[in-house]
Amino acid sequence: MNEKREQPVLVQRRWMVAAQKIGAPLISASLAVVVGSLIIWASGYDPRAAFIALFEGSFGSPKAIGDTLLKATPLILTGLAVAYGFRAGLFNIGAEGQLFLGGLAATWLGLSLAGLPWFLLIPLMLLASMLAGAAWAFVPAILKARIGAHEVITTMMFTYIGRYLVSYLVIGPLKAPGQIPQTAELPDAGQLSRIQALFSEATLASFEFLKLGRGHLGIVVAVLAAVLVWFVLKYTTLGYENRAVGFNPWASQTAGISVQWTTVKALCISGGLAGLAGSTEVMGVHHRLFDQFSSGFGFTGIAVALLAKNHPIGVIPAALLFGALAAGAGRMQFQADVPQKIVLIIQALVIFFVAAEEIVLWFIRRRQKEAVSHAG
Amino acid sequence: MPMLELREVTKAFPGVLANDRVSFVLEKGEIVALLGENGAGKSTVMNVVYGLLSPDGGEVLMDGRPARIKSPRQAIDLGIGMVHQHFMLVEPLTVTENIVLGREPGRFGVIDFATARRRVEELSLRYGLKVDPDARIVDLPVGMQQRVEILKALYQGVRVLILDEPTAVLTPQEVRELFSVIRSLVDEGLSVVFITHKLEEVMAVADRIIVMRAGRVVGETTPEKTDDVGLARMMVGRDVVLRIEKTTKPTCRDTVLHVEGLRVPSDRGLEAVAGVTFSVCGGEIVAVAGVSGNGQTELVESIVGLRRPSAGTILLKGVDITRADARTSIEAGLSHIPEDRHRRGLILQFDLAENLVLGDHRVAPYAKGPLMRPGKVSAMAVTRIADYDIRTPSAGVIAGNLSGGNQQKLVVAREIGRNPELLVAAQPTRGLDVGAIEFVHRQILAARESGKAVLLVSLELEEVLLLADRVLVMYEGRIVKELSSGEADAETLGYYMTGGGGEKLNAQERQAPAHGGDA
Repeated sequence: MNEKREQPVLVQRRWMVAAQKIGAPLISASLAVVVGSLIIWASGYDPRAAFIALFEGSFGSPKAIGDTLLKATPLILTGLAVAYGFRAGLFNIGAEGQLFLGGLAATWLGLSLAGLPWFLLIPLMLLASMLAGAAWAFVPAILKARIGAHEVITTMMFTYIGRYLVSYLVIGPLKAPGQIPQTAELPDAGQLSRIQALFSEATLASFEFLKLGRGHLGIVVAVLAAVLVWFVLKYTTLGYENRAVGFNPWASQTAGISVQWTTVKALCISGGLAGLAGSTEVMGVHHRLFDQFSSGFGFTGIAVALLAKNHPIGVIPAALLFGALAAGAGRMQFQADVPQKIVLIIQALVIFFVAAEEIVLWFIRRRQKEAVSHAG
Repeated sequence: MPMLELREVTKAFPGVLANDRVSFVLEKGEIVALLGENGAGKSTVMNVVYGLLSPDGGEVLMDGRPARIKSPRQAIDLGIGMVHQHFMLVEPLTVTENIVLGREPGRFGVIDFATARRRVEELSLRYGLKVDPDARIVDLPVGMQQRVEILKALYQGVRVLILDEPTAVLTPQEVRELFSVIRSLVDEGLSVVFITHKLEEVMAVADRIIVMRAGRVVGETTPEKTDDVGLARMMVGRDVVLRIEKTTKPTCRDTVLHVEGLRVPSDRGLEAVAGVTFSVCGGEIVAVAGVSGNGQTELVESIVGLRRPSAGTILLKGVDITRADARTSIEAGLSHIPEDRHRRGLILQFDLAENLVLGDHRVAPYAKGPLMRPGKVSAMAVTRIADYDIRTPSAGVIAGNLSGGNQQKLVVAREIGRNPELLVAAQPTRGLDVGAIEFVHRQILAARESGKAVLLVSLELEEVLLLADRVLVMYEGRIVKELSSGEADAETLGYYMTGGGGEKLNAQERQAPAHGGDA
């Protein structure tokens, strides 16, 4: 009589899983705003005015959106770098160093090959930055694969080496004449153009939203990279093995996947993506190299990957959020008189709530469980 | 008045109703077996009683009074103890230290070890649980560690002892000893709940049998009123064939696997496999029997390409795979059902299709150059899920969400579905319930019928006797005896598995049975 009664199926429907994946980061970000408001209020400022200013400074006008895109571009790439590593079970904490090497390689190549047309020079510079970033990750990768040296230590150490190497070069061998420690400016053919520069005055006059100010074509490179990484992870044997090793190296090894070789490939690809963030930053924003050209994009990339749950497409909105916070901070200070540093607190809160996601998930699961027991 | 009573205990987990109004009573001095397939809710309900889980409904009564048990501490204070499948002992400490842990005799924070030791010895003597009170846990065999767990519960003064799958880790001899210990416990007035999915144990030891299925109590009986076929039917909900007859005689068409003078080091650098030679023919099942830890794991790992032998050769269809990695071995026609399916067999976060293609993910038709072909993969997955009767709503379900039996079916579907020359099956039914065991056995026999060579490594004597055409008994890294299926029975196997005499051999005597076995 109990023939039909199978074990109740332990399966959450796909949309439930998807809703959890997307919903939890959204809730985390919202909680960060709520708690951030309380902190602003407790510090004697007006949270409403602060968030209005923050929003206006990041999305309020085409120019503000351009600033947000500008800040989001390197974050998408470093976020991808960290996410790709995580998908192989590796914590590439050294994206910052790989980014510096990428910026260095692109600048050096751009200055050396000045005179090449843009359609050759730009791809070469982007490629060089990826190779440099990958090379910078290669030594930690080999150390990890051969002797098990932990990548958190080695990639971090290589970040210091990379940053000081760039410092030395912009003060010494690569320094342009003058007082400031920086390289010469890249040739026009080695610069990523601003998006609004692609359109005529007439077009811009009729389509206001294209006046994206400092927003440059690096964002296109970053978005294409995200789509490519998504494709690789989902549809290639490389991505399949990467994910397999990340989830379960023992089962991967048993199935004939080389865990060591996969580790090397994953860290190098991760480094290559971080290197690309260096070249787009140099080519699109500063047009030259100096030792402060990255404001910690490699490190913020870790938070971006975390918020995106290591999903390559999820990295885009996550980077936009962090980009918007960075872009709007200035306006928040002069319009609402709230210190810029408050933005850092909000960033930290986002990270905190993502990390403490179990709390958020606990609420979600509790609701699901109630639903299940009623259904059961 | 019953000692312990459960009234309509209900417990839900996300997506599962693990216990659905479970009610039963336990009388004083009684052994109740709680029988059911994996995932039937046996352990869950006992974890509720022991205070590890809080029920969503119903109540637990001890001595006729409702007990709200919120922690194991409260359970122990009420007189309820539990020995888990995985022991909870502090390995570097001694037996006595472990037993008194948490309730050390003594004053002002100074432990009175003499008293502690004396009490442990008293308990040990009274219940016939022989164990050295000064031995360190790490040095004890698993059966002894289990005794320490039981003694610990007795020291805490429990009157109801719950044993969760206590025989899973024991040798046949240790199982018999455990059963006599359980009987002496009930003679002293304790009550025992014995959780298991093994029919023969239930018949051997229980006074009363409560059968659970899918979270519910589906029946109650006694060993006198039923037999193992009847129990299996109650447990699974349909008729189960416990004995599968082989239809054909083994015929050695060609040697598929040949292992010659193989020596393999263990993780600690000791020689785990100490010179082993044997062959497996196509259409033949060769079983390696032995007590856990006698080199079987290392033997399997070296054959499948996960561990480098230090000497000897391994030939698969004449091809030398002695130093091949796992990938080369798979490409040479080897399939492997690993002994630990969670660690080595499956990627629990991958969906069924992704798991089914694991190992074949680089080759046609599932890949073309660097690209995977999801259409081909999911088509294959749908076919295999149907062929191997994997119970799942779709191929897109995450493997970790399947029951243990279905997870193993998934591994079997992949490894046999690959159509290998040689199937290496290491403990392929460990932890499975009767329905799933029957299925796996059928598949292994089907592989044999279709001319595949099968190397079966198992700790279950029943399984070895049921499936094998030839049995190799392994002891301390050597094959000490080879038996044909006609010669092998449980007693003979047990004799050779334990070193030929039931006692550990000293170095001098160790040579003798090894040579005797070859002769």
